[in-house]
Amino acid sequence: MLVLLFGIFLFQILRLYHTQETLNPTAAYYNTNTPSEVGAANVVTAIVVTYRGLDTLGEVTVLFLTAMILGYILRQGGREKTEKDTTSEILITAAKVLIPGSIVLGVYVFINGHLTPGGGFQGGAIIGTAITLMILADPLHSLRAALLHFVESMSGFFYIVIGLAGLIFAGGFLDNRILPAGQLGDLFSAGAIPLIYSLIGLKVGTEISSIISNINETGNNTVKL
Amino acid sequence: MEIFKLIMLSTLAVVMIISAVMAILSKEMPLAILASGAISLLASIFFLVLASPDVAMTEAAIGAGLTTFLFFIILRKTEQNKSEHEK
Repeated sequence: MLVLLFGIFLFQILRLYHTQETLNPTAAYYNTNTPSEVGAANVVTAIVVTYRGLDTLGEVTVLFLTAMILGYILRQGGREKTEKDTTSEILITAAKVLIPGSIVLGVYVFINGHLTPGGGFQGGAIIGTAITLMILADPLHSLRAALLHFVESMSGFFYIVIGLAGLIFAGGFLDNRILPAGQLGDLFSAGAIPLIYSLIGLKVGTEISSIISNINETGNNTVKL
Repeated sequence: MEIFKLIMLSTLAVVMIISAVMAILSKEMPLAILASGAISLLASIFFLVLASPDVAMTEAAIGAGLTTFLFFIILRKTEQNKSEHEK
């Protein structure tokens, strides 16, 4: 009965769904004005970093809070050194080959965020994946938490500083026109977008890494809420 | 061209549904984790064909990469926990 109701409901949604043939006014505005106003070849990046920059700041803050709270809860336990290393040789060798490549790919993705698909969040997630693979291959190796926190705090700090600089020197908070717009499609173009997206990429990457390493370093039965 | 795209998308959808069922019903935990990673990978191809490469990249990086590795780390930790309780 429940399945039948659910099916009728889904069928109604499918029946009433029409694909849009033309862009709605907001999308049309972004599509026509992004190259001249922002100078980014990737319109999605222009929207995420510039037009909706404040929302991106909120997302980064949510991720930061998650990392902090997880660190607070998990670090109470302390570390158990008695774990046995049971990683297979195949995984260790494959990780040695894959990790440098994935980190370079992540950096490439967030530096070219204004030109090609992808950006800070995707690049940061790729770097986080590389760190996760490293922890999976060598669980007893601990990351230097102080370095991670330093990079994370510095990227967050400079992100805000660039935002405030936009407020003072250009049109508003997180305006990218504090640097020259440059030639459309160049690596050094689109004002401050590559800078902001690289900072976001570093921040997301270090946050994911510190979450994963916190989870890895928590001993069994030691989490008390 | 349009019919080719349709055939490709339906094949992807069928494989996605099969791997979703496999992820739920599989008794082997690593197989279930790999199946759920395969869903994300196929979904990212879906997004790419539907002309949204940014979302496709996010799905591939987070769904197929990060979540799968995270599940494996958690799986190993829970197995360790179980073997310690059995001692």
